[in-house]
Amino acid sequence: MTDKNQAMTDTHYNFAYLDEQTKRMIRRALLKGLAIPGYQVPFASREMPMPYGWGTGGVQVSAAVLTPEDRMKVIDQGADDTTNAVSIRKFFERTAGVDTTERTAEATVIQTRHRIPETELTEDQILVYQVPIPEPLRFLEPRETETRKMHALEEYGLMHVKLYEDIARHGNIATAYAYPVKVEGRYVMDPSPIPKFDNPKMEMAAIQLFGAGREQRIYAVPPYTRVVSLDFEDYPFEPSKADHACDLCGAQNSYLDEVIVDDAGGRMFVCSDTDFCTTRRDGGHVGRLGAPGTEDAA
Amino acid sequence: MYVAVKGGERAIDNAHAWLAEERRGSPDIAELTVPQIREQLALAVNRVMAEGSLFDPDLAALAIKQARGDLIEAIFLIRAYRTTLPRLGVSTPVDTGEMACDRRISATFKDVPGGQVLGPTFDYTHRLLDFKLAAEGETPTAPQAPAQGEPTPRVTDYLNRDGLIQPEPASDTTPPDLTREPMEFPANRALRLQSLTRGDEGFVLGMAYSTQRGYARNHPFVGELRIGTVPVEMDVPELGFAVGIGEITLTECESVNQFTGSKTEPPQFTRGYGLVFGQSERKAISMALVDRALRWKELGEDNVGAPAQDAEFVLSHADNIQASGFLEHIKLPHYVDFQSELELIRRIRAEAQAAQAQEAAE
Repeated sequence: MTDKNQAMTDTHYNFAYLDEQTKRMIRRALLKGLAIPGYQVPFASREMPMPYGWGTGGVQVSAAVLTPEDRMKVIDQGADDTTNAVSIRKFFERTAGVDTTERTAEATVIQTRHRIPETELTEDQILVYQVPIPEPLRFLEPRETETRKMHALEEYGLMHVKLYEDIARHGNIATAYAYPVKVEGRYVMDPSPIPKFDNPKMEMAAIQLFGAGREQRIYAVPPYTRVVSLDFEDYPFEPSKADHACDLCGAQNSYLDEVIVDDAGGRMFVCSDTDFCTTRRDGGHVGRLGAPGTEDAA
Repeated sequence: MYVAVKGGERAIDNAHAWLAEERRGSPDIAELTVPQIREQLALAVNRVMAEGSLFDPDLAALAIKQARGDLIEAIFLIRAYRTTLPRLGVSTPVDTGEMACDRRISATFKDVPGGQVLGPTFDYTHRLLDFKLAAEGETPTAPQAPAQGEPTPRVTDYLNRDGLIQPEPASDTTPPDLTREPMEFPANRALRLQSLTRGDEGFVLGMAYSTQRGYARNHPFVGELRIGTVPVEMDVPELGFAVGIGEITLTECESVNQFTGSKTEPPQFTRGYGLVFGQSERKAISMALVDRALRWKELGEDNVGAPAQDAEFVLSHADNIQASGFLEHIKLPHYVDFQSELELIRRIRAEAQAAQAQEAAE
C-alpha cells in the first residue's frame, strides 16, 4: 500500500496531470478541430479527478495546451471567485505549477464556463470553453448516428424549423443561451451555454477551443473565423442583456447579473465579469451603488 | 446591501474539513480499516472493482472507506486513479474454461459434468435479520471438500456439439478499447460488452428486467453461471512465452435463449454473455440478457423498438460516472444562463401583455 499511497502525491503526476501520450492524443484532436472549424472531433476523454459536468472537457483541453510559462485564468459565470472556478484554478496550480491571474489581459490561457470575458482578447490568448452538450442538434434529434449524418450532409433544416416555430409561437426565438451559430459558412455549432449576448464576441483574435469530456468531443474556432448566429432576415439575431447599467461600475455594455438584495423586491445589477468590473472601478468608474476602487462594495 | 460573493476558496477548504470529520464519524467508535472492508464487505468491493474497471481489492476497499460507503463515489475514485496508470502491456485472453470454480450452476440441466456447485450464495438463505451478528465475535467455519482437479467443462459446449446453439465465430482481431478510444456507433459486440461490464449494476439490471417483462423478450435460461479464479498471463517479448502475473476472480454467465429462427438464422438456441470482475452474479446475468437483446440485428430479428434493443440508448446511459456527474452538475451555478432566460421571459410576457391591452382597448 505504501507505493500506491506515494503514487497519489502530486509530484508523481505529470505536468498538468495528464500523461504525455494523452496530451498528444488531445492535441491531435485540437489540430483537427482547428483545421475543420466547428466540426466535433471525437476524442478518448479520460476520467478526471473531478466529476463529469464540472468541466472535465475544458480541463483536459487546458492541460493539453498549457506550458510552464503560461499564465492561467479560470472563470465560471464570468467570475474568478465562484467555487468551481476556484477549484479548477487550484487544480492547475497544484498539478502544473503555472502562474494564475484574475486579469483577463494578463492571462495566456483562459478557461471559462458560461461566459466570454468583456475585455477583447488578443492573438496571444487561448480561450477554453467547458461544454456540457456539444451537439447543437441534440434536442432536436437524440441519436448521435443521425446528427453526425445531418452535419455531414449539411442538413440544418430542422434547426431553422425550430427557430421558425419559436417565432410563430412566442414572437421571439426562445433561446437565450447556447444560441446556435454557423461557423465559416459550414458547421452549425453549439457555442456552449454562454448567454446569446456573448455570441458576437466569438469572431475574435484569440484561439477558441471547446472541450466536452463526458460526450468525448473537441471542437475549435480559429482566430478571425466567421461565426454567425442563426436568424432570419425579418427576425435578425439580437444579443440581449438586462436593460440597466452596472450598479457598481456604471458600465452600460457589459453582461449583468441580477442580485436580489432584500425581501421587498429590491435588486441590483452588477457585471458578471468580475475582473472587468474591478478594473473599471479601479479606474475611477462608479455606478449607482458603488464606491470607487474598493473590494467590498457599500 | 450587496456583499460581493467572495471567499469561495475558504468555503471549499472548510467544506472538505467538515467532510473529513463526518467521514470518520464519532471518534468514540473504532475506525474501520481497509482490510476489514476488503474482507467483510467483499461484495461492495467487487462492485467497485467491476464498475471502476480495476481489479485491486485493496484500492477498492480504500475507495469505499474514503467515499463513506457511497459506491458510485468509490467507483469514481477508482476510475480517476486507473486512468493515470501507465499501460505496460496487455494480457493474453483469460480462459474461463480453466476457472477454479467456487460456484458453478446450470439451470438448463439437472446435472452436468463437473456438478452443480452452490458455493457461497444468498440464494436459499431466509432473509431474516440475524441479530446474532449484532453481537460481534462470531467466526463460523464451513465444512470443506477437496478441490476438483479437473477443469469444469462448459454447459454450452454440450449444446454446441449437437449444433443446437448458435456458434460464436472465432476471431483474432484486437477488440476496440473503450478506455482509450471514444465510443462509436454502431458499436460491435466486443465494445458493447466492455461498456456493459463497467456499466451501472442498477441500470443494466433494469434494462435486463425490461426484456423479461416483454420489452424485447428473449426467453433466457441461465445455461451456466460460474464464479472463481482464473490465472492472468502476459506475453513477455524477452522470454518468448506467456508468464503468469496473477489471479483474478470473475463471474461469468452464459445465457441460453430460445429462438425459433429468423430470415437469416435456423431455429436454434442463441446466447447472451456476461463477464464481470469479482463475485457479481446479479450483474453478470443482467449483462447476458442485455447483450442478447442488443444482438437482434446480427440474428436477423425484428427491432420491436424496445429500449434494451437500442444500443445507442443503452450504451450511452449505462455509465454511472458519466450519468451522476452530468446529473449532479446542475447544482453548480447557472445564474448567467438563468439571467438570460429571465430577460427572455420578461420580454415575451411584456409583448403578450401589450398585445392584450391593445386588443382590450380596440
